[in-house]
Amino acid sequence: MPGVNKATNVTYLTMQVKKETQDVRAMVVGIMANSEPTSSGWPPYLIAGRHITRSHYEAVADVKTGFHLGDKIVIRRNKYEVVGLTRRMVSSSGDPMIFIPLKDAQEAQFLKDNDAILQNRRRTSENPIFNQPAIPNLLESTITAQSTNSFVNAILVKVSPLYSPEDVANNIARWKRLTVYTRDQMETILVGKLIATSAKQIAMFLVILAVVSAAIVAFIIYTLTMDKIREIAVLKLIGTRNSTIASMILQQSLALGFIGFIVGKITATFAAPAFPKYVLLIPQDSIVGFFIVMLICTLASIVAIRIAIKVDPAEAIGG
Amino acid sequence: MAGKGIRIEGLKKRYGDGDTAVYALKGVDMKVDAGEVVGLIGPSGSGKTTLLKCLGAVIDPTEGRMTLGDEVIFDNGWKVDDLRALRRDKIGFVFQAPYLIPFLDVTDNVALLPMLAGVPNEEARRRAKNLLTALDVQHRAIAMPSQLSGGEQQRVAIARGLVNHPPIILADEPTAPLDSERAMAVIRILNNMAQEYETAIIVVTHDEKIIPTFKRIYHIRDGITHEERGEGRNID
Repeated sequence: MPGVNKATNVTYLTMQVKKETQDVRAMVVGIMANSEPTSSGWPPYLIAGRHITRSHYEAVADVKTGFHLGDKIVIRRNKYEVVGLTRRMVSSSGDPMIFIPLKDAQEAQFLKDNDAILQNRRRTSENPIFNQPAIPNLLESTITAQSTNSFVNAILVKVSPLYSPEDVANNIARWKRLTVYTRDQMETILVGKLIATSAKQIAMFLVILAVVSAAIVAFIIYTLTMDKIREIAVLKLIGTRNSTIASMILQQSLALGFIGFIVGKITATFAAPAFPKYVLLIPQDSIVGFFIVMLICTLASIVAIRIAIKVDPAEAIGG
Repeated sequence: MAGKGIRIEGLKKRYGDGDTAVYALKGVDMKVDAGEVVGLIGPSGSGKTTLLKCLGAVIDPTEGRMTLGDEVIFDNGWKVDDLRALRRDKIGFVFQAPYLIPFLDVTDNVALLPMLAGVPNEEARRRAKNLLTALDVQHRAIAMPSQLSGGEQQRVAIARGLVNHPPIILADEPTAPLDSERAMAVIRILNNMAQEYETAIIVVTHDEKIIPTFKRIYHIRDGITHEERGEGRNID
């Protein structure tokens, strides 16, 4: 196909992977074991061990699976040895990835259980079309064909230089009658469809957390201000402007928010690796978060400032 | 720097109108000279606090006349535009409790007032340190209020009242939370400061220990003051 530099088969399946009594939910990725480690679909880098070199029963796992080099893990009926560890290789839902040879992954994906195989063989052997005495090998060939497959979930295509990915995708879709997505389209699908709902869900939680945080900060600042009513009355009595008092309360609220942000940032940085799914902390989020915290604290101080402004300086005099 | 005391003539304060009108002050006459400390005593409900609030420009007297130094500040109505500035620049306050700002150190608590008046920070702090030295608390200049004893806090509060060199200081039961020795020390300080800065000081008190130290006392009862010569007991 013009414009196709390299094509690689891959399969993906999310399943429970066992190690002794431990059960880990992971996305198993089947990669073409006899290709170069730089090929599409392979883990881009390893933090320990080596890439898969054999065609069967070797695996490279993301560290989030909790597996270690040399561990024996069970995928469906077969045991695999972890020969390499990678990092930050997760599915769109955050499950860590385990890379195994493509043939093994296909078998794991389409393998039926023993009862299903026996039932299928029985039904086939009872079918006179497949079990003809005149053609003795027909039944065996049919059963063999039923128990193997060559399906893959996707083919990753590397486009040759000077070719437009859109043009190549259109040609493949037109002439091979396949569904094709360019990298941009995949990113749109991933962000706009797959994780959009999760993002909205998390955003709603964040909004609720922000409202609750604002209420807590407002309550703390309100309580601190009520404790200082007499001092505020004295300040007003000796000639302090309302704007100065408001500024003091605002500073107190912002200081509270700043301390909270620093504590939160440090906690998040140290706690992120302990989260079951990979947490990506980017500086832009921290900067936006900082300004949101400052905004929340500013809003939270409004009630206390209103109370302080209404304090009568005469309250400072007499009982 | 100093003023010439305060003169109050026929000061009245009415709460409410018509049938419900109540006169808390029914014509107060007082005169306190610069450098003088006078006592203002009276039972609860006699009008002490109302008088102090009128003198402190935090409530409006109904009628009468008040002269601060040479300036008429009230004559059946306020004669100054900015009462906040009047309180800040011309009237010092000392309260029963010190009410120091908890998050400012001793020097900044005292220097806050001149800073609010626009005095440069260095000059404000210099004034504060001079006063703290005069009141013998200079060694606590960088301490926080919570680290001071009750007597030290009250001395810092006095320094705050004096820092703008006001012609008048209103002291509202300044010795109430103190024992005899510390109460006498506070009165001694007020007398010294009054003479040194030529300030007129009115001390509202119930404290039997300090009443004999005043040379002049104003008794207030039912909103009317009566002047009386005090014992003027030596407290040095």
